[in-house]
Amino acid sequence: MMQKLVVVGNGMAGVACVEQILKHAPKFEITIFGDETHVNYNRILLSAVLAGEKAADEIHLNGLDWYEKHGIALRLGVRITEVDAERKTVTGDDGSLTPFDKLLIATGSTPLIPPMDGVKKEGVFVFRNLDDTRALLDCAAPGKKAVVIGGGLLGLEAARGLQVQGCDVTVVHLMDTLMERQLDFVGGSYLKAKMECLGVKVLMERNTTAILGNGKAEGVAFKDGSSVEADFVVIAAGIRPNVELGRKAGLQVNRGIVVNDYLETSNPDIFAVGECVEHNGTCYGLVAPLFEQGKVLAATITGNRGPVYGGTIQAAKLKIMGVDVFSAGNFSEKAPGTDAVRYEDPALGIYKKLTVRDGKLAGVILVGDTSDSHRYMDWLRSQTDLTAMRRQLLFPGPANDAGLDVAEMADSKVVCGCNGVTKGAIIQAVHEKGISTLAQLKDCTRASTGCGSCTEVCQQLLKAVAPEFQEEAKKNLCKCVLFPEDKLREILRSQRLRSVQEVLEIYGNGVGCEICKPALSYMVDMLWCGDHDEDRSARFINDRVHANIQKDGTFSVVPRIRGGVTSAKELRRIADVAEKYKVPMVKITGSQRIDLLGVKKADLPQIWADLGMPSGQAYTKGVRMVKTCVGTDFCRFGVQDSTKAGIELERRLEHLYTPHKLKMGSVGCPRNCAEATVKDIGLVGQEGSWQVVVGGAAGKKVRKADLLITVESMEEALQAATLFFQYYRENANYLERTYDFVERKGIETVRRETVYAPLAIQQGLRERLRKSKRISRDAWLEGDAPRHPTQFVQIEPLEKVQA
Amino acid sequence: MSNKQWVRITPVQNIPLREGRSVNISGRDIAIFNLGDRLFAVDGRCPHKGGPLAEGIVTGNTVVCPLHAWKIDLETGSVTRPEAEPACVAAYRTRIESGIVLVEVPEPSAKDQDNPHFCGGQNPASGHFPASNTAP
Repeated sequence: MMQKLVVVGNGMAGVACVEQILKHAPKFEITIFGDETHVNYNRILLSAVLAGEKAADEIHLNGLDWYEKHGIALRLGVRITEVDAERKTVTGDDGSLTPFDKLLIATGSTPLIPPMDGVKKEGVFVFRNLDDTRALLDCAAPGKKAVVIGGGLLGLEAARGLQVQGCDVTVVHLMDTLMERQLDFVGGSYLKAKMECLGVKVLMERNTTAILGNGKAEGVAFKDGSSVEADFVVIAAGIRPNVELGRKAGLQVNRGIVVNDYLETSNPDIFAVGECVEHNGTCYGLVAPLFEQGKVLAATITGNRGPVYGGTIQAAKLKIMGVDVFSAGNFSEKAPGTDAVRYEDPALGIYKKLTVRDGKLAGVILVGDTSDSHRYMDWLRSQTDLTAMRRQLLFPGPANDAGLDVAEMADSKVVCGCNGVTKGAIIQAVHEKGISTLAQLKDCTRASTGCGSCTEVCQQLLKAVAPEFQEEAKKNLCKCVLFPEDKLREILRSQRLRSVQEVLEIYGNGVGCEICKPALSYMVDMLWCGDHDEDRSARFINDRVHANIQKDGTFSVVPRIRGGVTSAKELRRIADVAEKYKVPMVKITGSQRIDLLGVKKADLPQIWADLGMPSGQAYTKGVRMVKTCVGTDFCRFGVQDSTKAGIELERRLEHLYTPHKLKMGSVGCPRNCAEATVKDIGLVGQEGSWQVVVGGAAGKKVRKADLLITVESMEEALQAATLFFQYYRENANYLERTYDFVERKGIETVRRETVYAPLAIQQGLRERLRKSKRISRDAWLEGDAPRHPTQFVQIEPLEKVQA
Repeated sequence: MSNKQWVRITPVQNIPLREGRSVNISGRDIAIFNLGDRLFAVDGRCPHKGGPLAEGIVTGNTVVCPLHAWKIDLETGSVTRPEAEPACVAAYRTRIESGIVLVEVPEPSAKDQDNPHFCGGQNPASGHFPASNTAP
């Protein structure tokens, strides 16, 4: 006879525990109640959903088929309101009465709302579940003012997510240190600087007394009398264990439902797990304890009482784009016999502190560089004697053997702290299931499906153990900078390095060469959306003087003629310039532009001034032109206004730099007179719609562009084109044309990450493009205001040599 | 033997850090580079196809010609890329005096007989200098 197990709570803790129970011999008929209407999902990744990095359905942990497969009755949208410990029944808010033999309470926690006025107003949110996240996403929009109350882990994740959505975000924190439960004052200051660097405002030591506004949140008032404006407010000031059911069941309850080392409550038939419990005086609000507790509880409840839960070392990892923070154990220096070992570099924003007591690691704080977190966590868990390693605590000697780290790891060492997967378990899976990719490993062992911080270790393990494992071959940028470009972009995104020379000094050989300097110039310009310290010496001559160097050392001048549409007046000016400066050759280019060839450098500023036209960027890795056909204006076949579309596209993107030159085309019918299908980006007008095509080429290589999307209106076509444009800017390697880029990525991936990406991702791309565009300017304006006095000037010696 | 003289060229700030500028000293096209702690001067034309070296990207003590990426050592004037290439350009001594860059050049009378720098004694640039320098 199967016993009835009722689980209240369909969150990570309850379901993780059920997963463990299923590993034991079948004993229960299981019913799970969840008051949310979604299947079980990964709550840790809600911040990734808010930041648009993941779609809501990407964070599901167990689909309905999983419940079905294991014969679990899932009751979604039902909140259990009563429990009768004597009769052994639970009552739902739908009036249902469900009997149980064993009851598992996994009700988690709810947001703590500090006492303040006005929390019921419209536009006041919490950030706890998927519905909260969706509501925030609905509300967030570029330019909206968001105030996040709470500078802890959750508050900062919410702040960053909203900021990525384009909101103008202010974090308000009661204490003088951000994440004060995880960081000391210095670490908090580094974190604060990083957040501010990302564009999030931070107000410290502010006690919020009221949410202002007439029915709807309009601002937040503080105890000191000051206030800030807000379009909406997020309260993320902490959590409170949900213990009401425990109380109703007559269990012993302090802050949480009290459990012993076997996860038993004071009632032998009722168990509790997760954030709602209190073990040894501690309530946990993080994910790792859930899994450890779940395992122990599964043993106890299935009659295999034996394993004990000894508490979890509190470890927290803040992993939001651009800010890495890790904290574990006790970082206080006050306990007698404690030494603090520190490292800090304000320019890089890196702060590390270890506390060592009795020769063992007691706590660790890492800000800006968390790459060693696994090593420290291991020392904490194993209580390794560090005496012999005192000189290498913060700087391990370089490993000669890249595989040594994983080879040295004991089989019992936990690799994935979220799911409690050991090295041994991974190796076993590799051998028994023939696993060779990370995706297979995730499916099989669940390793690296939680916070994802162990991904690198998993990769290394696969590399070491799996016979078929093939790592993506990545080429370093050059001999001066020994990083592949994608890795470098990732590193630089989290740093505050705004110039090529800084990057070279920290990540390169300090010197650089003609390969990496222009590549890094582009990278810092792109990453900082134009707001960087441009170093002209790192750029090719064309970009120093905004003209194309020719074989004889003269330059060519190509003014911008948007869409190839000019006027008699403009042509006359060009002709006058050609005569005045005795330009040796005037040529119509293949791009519907006019090229003045053979111009002396010293004449450039005056020629630009006389032309009175912006730079056509024909000399740079940047937005070249949009070639157009006559579209509907005069053509008897044209069905779309391709000329207007082309001019508008050019206007929206001109003056920007790209990984390689970028040529575009716009045609008004499928006859394709402006060859849009062999351009980097093409707009192809058809009856009633536009095709946006990308990755075409008619140069060194001839390639027909791939269809990105078909849309109805010109505006939608322009939007899709500019989305791809920014995606290419952010993800292509330097000197990689779109046709190589699209082939490398695959058009399906490109579509998924641009036109079919979650709205937030699209908005992020657009916002960064907007910012770059706002800062960009016509390079030829430098003719009037040179960057350097001798930029265009031929130096004459101060004295003549006597003949 | 050669008579050389120091010629006052321009205030040092006219040559930006890690960049070059060309200057014509009595018919010689010379490229001067500012490497922060020191200045270098070499003939301004690449021995390959006469590319303007002053417009090249500086990498360490070498400059990369903007036309076809030949690499020239600024200290010795020798070509370091292509590696097997024996060609070189003349290198000139430089110094700074009260903020003014000075370059030491052969006197004009010595110009035709005296090359200030030899590539191991051979004619460095045969077939590489622009026609005007190699024409019989």
